[in-house]
Amino acid sequence: MGHTNRRQFFQQVTGGSSVADTKAYSIAEDKIFQKYANKELPHGYAKATASLNPYSGPWTETQVMHLLRRTTFGVKAQDVATLKGMTLDQAVYYLINNTNPNPAPPLNYYQDTYADPTGVPMGQTWVNAPYGDGSVNSLRRASLKAWWIGLMLNEGISIQEKMNFFWHNHFATQTNVIGDARMCYNYHAMLRANSLGNFKTMVKLVTKDPAMLQYLNGYLNNKNAPDENYGRELQELFTVSKYNNPNYTEDDIKAAAKVLTGWKINTSTLTSYFDPSLHDTSNKQFSSFYGNAVIAGQSGMAGANETDQLIDMLLAKFETAKYICSKLYRFFVYYNIDANIDATVITPLAQILVDNNFEIKPVLTALFKSAHFYDVNNMGCYVRTPLEYILGTFRTFDMQLPANYTVADTYNAWNYLRNYSLNIGLDLGDPPNVAGWPAFYQTPQYYELWINSATLPNRMLFTDKAVNSGVGNGPNMNIKIDVLNFTQQCTNASDPDALIDYVCSYLLGVAASATEHASIKSILLSAQQNNSFWTDAWHDYVNSPNATNTAIVETRLRSMYTYITRLAEHHLC
Amino acid sequence: MKRRNFLKIPAFAGLAYMVRGLPIRAYAQSPLLQAITRQTQATGRVLVLIQLNGGNDGLNTIVPLDQYSALSGLRSNVMVSESKILSLSGIQNTGMHPAMEDIRNMYNGGLVNIVQGVGYANPNFSHFRSTDIWTTGSDADQNLSTGWLGRYLDLEYPGYPTGYPNNDMPDPPAIQIGTGISNVLQGSAINMGYAIANVNSFYDLVNNSVGPAPNTAAGHELTFIRNIAQQTEGYTSIIQQATSLNTNQGSYPVNNPLADQLKIVAQLIAGGLQTSIYVVSLGGFDTHANQTEGTYNESGPHAALLRQLSEAVSAFFTDLQGHGIDQRVTAMTFSEFGRRIKSNQSGGTDHGSAAPLMVFGPNVNPRIIGHNPVISPDTTVNDNIPMQFDYRSVYASVLTDWFGITPQAVNGVLMHDYPILPIFRENSATAVEEITGSISAADMLGQNYPNPFSRTATVSFTSKGGTVTLQIFDISGRLVRTVLQKDYIPGRHEVAIDRSGLAAGNYLYRLTNGSDQATKKMIIID
Repeated sequence: MGHTNRRQFFQQVTGGSSVADTKAYSIAEDKIFQKYANKELPHGYAKATASLNPYSGPWTETQVMHLLRRTTFGVKAQDVATLKGMTLDQAVYYLINNTNPNPAPPLNYYQDTYADPTGVPMGQTWVNAPYGDGSVNSLRRASLKAWWIGLMLNEGISIQEKMNFFWHNHFATQTNVIGDARMCYNYHAMLRANSLGNFKTMVKLVTKDPAMLQYLNGYLNNKNAPDENYGRELQELFTVSKYNNPNYTEDDIKAAAKVLTGWKINTSTLTSYFDPSLHDTSNKQFSSFYGNAVIAGQSGMAGANETDQLIDMLLAKFETAKYICSKLYRFFVYYNIDANIDATVITPLAQILVDNNFEIKPVLTALFKSAHFYDVNNMGCYVRTPLEYILGTFRTFDMQLPANYTVADTYNAWNYLRNYSLNIGLDLGDPPNVAGWPAFYQTPQYYELWINSATLPNRMLFTDKAVNSGVGNGPNMNIKIDVLNFTQQCTNASDPDALIDYVCSYLLGVAASATEHASIKSILLSAQQNNSFWTDAWHDYVNSPNATNTAIVETRLRSMYTYITRLAEHHLC
Repeated sequence: MKRRNFLKIPAFAGLAYMVRGLPIRAYAQSPLLQAITRQTQATGRVLVLIQLNGGNDGLNTIVPLDQYSALSGLRSNVMVSESKILSLSGIQNTGMHPAMEDIRNMYNGGLVNIVQGVGYANPNFSHFRSTDIWTTGSDADQNLSTGWLGRYLDLEYPGYPTGYPNNDMPDPPAIQIGTGISNVLQGSAINMGYAIANVNSFYDLVNNSVGPAPNTAAGHELTFIRNIAQQTEGYTSIIQQATSLNTNQGSYPVNNPLADQLKIVAQLIAGGLQTSIYVVSLGGFDTHANQTEGTYNESGPHAALLRQLSEAVSAFFTDLQGHGIDQRVTAMTFSEFGRRIKSNQSGGTDHGSAAPLMVFGPNVNPRIIGHNPVISPDTTVNDNIPMQFDYRSVYASVLTDWFGITPQAVNGVLMHDYPILPIFRENSATAVEEITGSISAADMLGQNYPNPFSRTATVSFTSKGGTVTLQIFDISGRLVRTVLQKDYIPGRHEVAIDRSGLAAGNYLYRLTNGSDQATKKMIIID
C-alpha cells in the first residue's frame, strides 16, 4: 500500500471513525502555503560544507545552544551554563547518557470527571489495571499523552525525549487506532526503554509488539489469508525504505508477509504470542535485491525464528543503515540532503551504525561532535515543530505550573498544551498515519509543512497570550511568563543592547537584523534615544522593586517579548 | 479622478477599466470590489493619537503672550522672540511658535482646539513612568497594566482577537505605526493594536515583499515564514486592498517621519478601513540642551520638531479633505509632560509637568480651553506649571463626544468620572449616536418608558431653567419631530411622546437646555 492509500485503508480498518487528518483544513487547498512553500528542494544557498570530522572550533553559547535546541524541547539558561562548563565531548556524552528510560507511569487524574470503574484511585497509575470501559479508556489515553507532555516539559539535559519522539515518528502508531490505552502505554514504554539502545533489537520488539500487531493488523496475517500490510511497511518505512530507490520487489513484500504469519495478541495479558498453526511453513524466496535469499519455512514454535531472520536480512542491506541515518539527519540537522551530504555525512554515519552492530549512541555521538553539525550554515534552519514551539516557550521562559496544582490540575495543564499542539499540527500519540508526520519525509516542503495558514496565526497567538495574559484552561488556570525573572537571567540587563542580544539569542533561531534590533530597542526606550532611560529604570527596579518601578520595566518587557516572539525568526532554531 | 466618480462610469462592453493596471472586470466578485463597496460605506469616527515622545516644551509651543516678560527673564536662552510669535485669529494673549505656521492657519480656519494646562496631580518627572501614566490613564500613584484605549476597545470588541476579523469588524480595531507595540492599546487579554513596525515594513506589506534574509538554509526558511506570516496575518489583505484603492494621495512634506506615518493613516482611512484608532509618534522632544538656535531662538531642534508636527498634521487634514473624509477624523497630541518654566544653562529645559494639548479636525471647537499659565517672575528652578485639567478629562471628552459612548462606559474605561471639556463642537455629536453633552447630563434626560413602545411613551428630564428643546431624529441624523421647545422652571418634568406618524424603527431623542444636551435611543415597534 502506497502512502496515498493509507488513510483510506485506515478508514476501512476503523470503520471510518477516529482517524486523524479529518479536520477541515487541507494543505492542498491552502493557497498561501502552496504559493510560498518549496516547489522543489532549495538550492543555490550557502550550504554546510564541513564533514563528519570532529568539530574543533570554539565551544561557546552559540554551539551549546545549537546543540540543546536540536536535542531537547527548548533551550534553558541553566542548561546552557552547565554544558558550557564542560568540553564538547563531555557535553555530548552527558546529553546522550543522562537518560530517563523508566519514569513513573501515568496517573488517574480523571477521577472527578469519571470515576475509574476498575477502582484505580485518583493519583494512582492505571497501566496495570483492567480495561474498564470505553470512557475510562479514552481518559487514560489522554492521561498517557498528558504525562508524555509533562516528561518533555520537565526534562533536564538529555536527548531522551527527542529520541523517544524520533522513534514515535519512525515506528509510528496511532493511539486512536490501537485503542487500548494500556497497550499504547506499553508500546510507548518499549520505545522509550530502547530509544538510545540497539536499532536491531528495536525492530524485532516493534514487529512483535501487540500494539503494532494491532495497528498494522499483523495479528490478522495468517497462512490462509496473508495480510501484506506489515510486511510492506516494515521494508518501506521501518528499514530499507525508498531512500535511494532500492529495487526490492512486490514479491519481496509477499514473501515477508508469509514470514510474519502466526503472530497473535492475547488481549487479557496484553502480550503477543506465536501460533504455529497459523504460520506459513513454506520456504520464502526473496529477490536478487536480497541476494536471492531463501528463508526456510519452519514448523512449530521454531516458525517464530523466521521473523528474526527476516529482520537480520533487512538490516544487512546497507540501505537500512543509510535510511535510518538520513532520518536522524532530517530530524536533527536539516531536511535537504544533497549528493555531497549523502556521501560525506550520511554514508559515514551509516557505516558507524553497521560497525557498531546497530547501536544508536555511536551514531549520535559522531553527529553531535562533528564539524558538520556545528557548521554555521546548519544553524537556525530548523522549523520548530509544534511541540518545540509550545514546550519551548515554557522551557525557555521557565514557566512553571503553580506549586499548589493537584494531579488533576497538572494533567489538565499538560493536556491543554497537548491540545494546543494538536491545533497547530502535531497530535502527540496520533501521527496522521504509519509514515509519521509529513514534515519529516514529504519532499520538497518538509519542515515548511508546520507553517501554514491554519497554524502560524495560532502559534503567534500562543506566545502573545503567554506573554500578556497567560495560557491554560481558563481564567483561573492561566500560566503567564514571568518576564522579570527571565530578563534577570541576563547579567547585563541594564544595557539595552546587551539585553536585546541576550534574549534574542534564546528566542530567535536567526539573529535579529539591525532594523529589528532598533525596533526592539525603541520599545525598551519608549521611542527615545537615550540608553540610560532603560538603564536607570532597570537599576531602579533592581534596587527598589516596588510596584511602580516594577510596572515600568514590566510594561516595556512585555511589549518587547510580544514583538520578539512575533518575529519569523522565533519559529526557527 | 475621484474614486466615486470612477465607479459611476458605466461599464461599456469592450472597455477595460483599469485598477492598478488590471481590468476591473477581472475583479468581479473579488475582494477588491468588495473593498470598493466598503470604502464608500465606511462612516465610523477615527481618532489619531499623535504621541510626542520626550516631553514637549509647551511654553514654546502655545505661548502665553501676557506672561512674556516674566518668561523672557526666566528662560531667555530658549524663549522665542515676541516679534516672531504667530498670532491667532480672535485671540489677544496667546500665540504659537513661529515654526507652526500651518497649525496656526488651521486654527484660524477653525480646525484646532487647544486645551491649556493638561496634566495630573502629583506629576512624575520620569519619562517612562509619566508615559505609562498617560498611556494607561492611571493616577500618579497607581499602576495599570492596560491602556486607556485598550480598555475602550475591549468594550467595543469583546473577546478580541478570537472571532476577528469578522463581517461586522473586518478591519483591525486599532493600528499603530512605529515604536513597537504601544501600551496605550494594551487590552485585558492582548494588545488591541495591529502593529506596523515602521514605514518600510508597511510598504513591504503593501508590495507583498519581506525583509532581506541571508543566503543560507536558515535564510530560505526565514523568508518562507515571513511570507506566510504576512499573508496569514488576518489583516494583510484588508490593508493591501485599502491601499490599492487610494493611490491619489495628497502631497506630504518629505524628511518628516510623522508625515510618513500620517500619510499611511490617511491612505488607510480613505481606503475604507473601519479602524477607529491610529497611534503615531514623533520623537526627540527631550530637549535638555541646545533646544534652540537663531537670533530669535526661532530655529533649532525643538523648532524643527514643531515644524514637522505642524506640516504633517496640515498635510494630513488637507489630504483627508481632498477625499471628503475629514469630517470623520480627529487627531490629538499628547506628550508625557511639559518642560520646566526656568531654562537650564545648557540652552535647554528640564522635565516639567502640565502643558497644552492640541486637538485637530473639522469637528473640534475652534477655541482655547483654559487660561494662559500665570508665570511669576520669582519662579525657581523647582517650580512647574500647575495643572488646569486632568488629562483624563480630555480622554473622557473624546470618548463621550467623539466616540459617543455612555457616561457609564466612560467611567468603566477611566474608572472615574471626569468633567467633559468643550473640545468638540456641539453639533459634532450627531444624532446618529447616543451621547451626553456634559457630565451633569447623565440624569438630565431619562430613558423613555416603555421602551420599545408602539403608541405613547413618557420621557422625564431635568431643566436648569430656560428654554428646553426635545427633538427626535432618525438614525441617519435627520430631524423627524420637535416634541417641545419652551421655557421650563428648574426641576424635574415629564413629557409624553406620541408615535403617530413615525414608522417603526430606532430613533434618538435629544434634549437641549442652554449649553447642555443629552441624547438617548428609543425604539418604536408596530
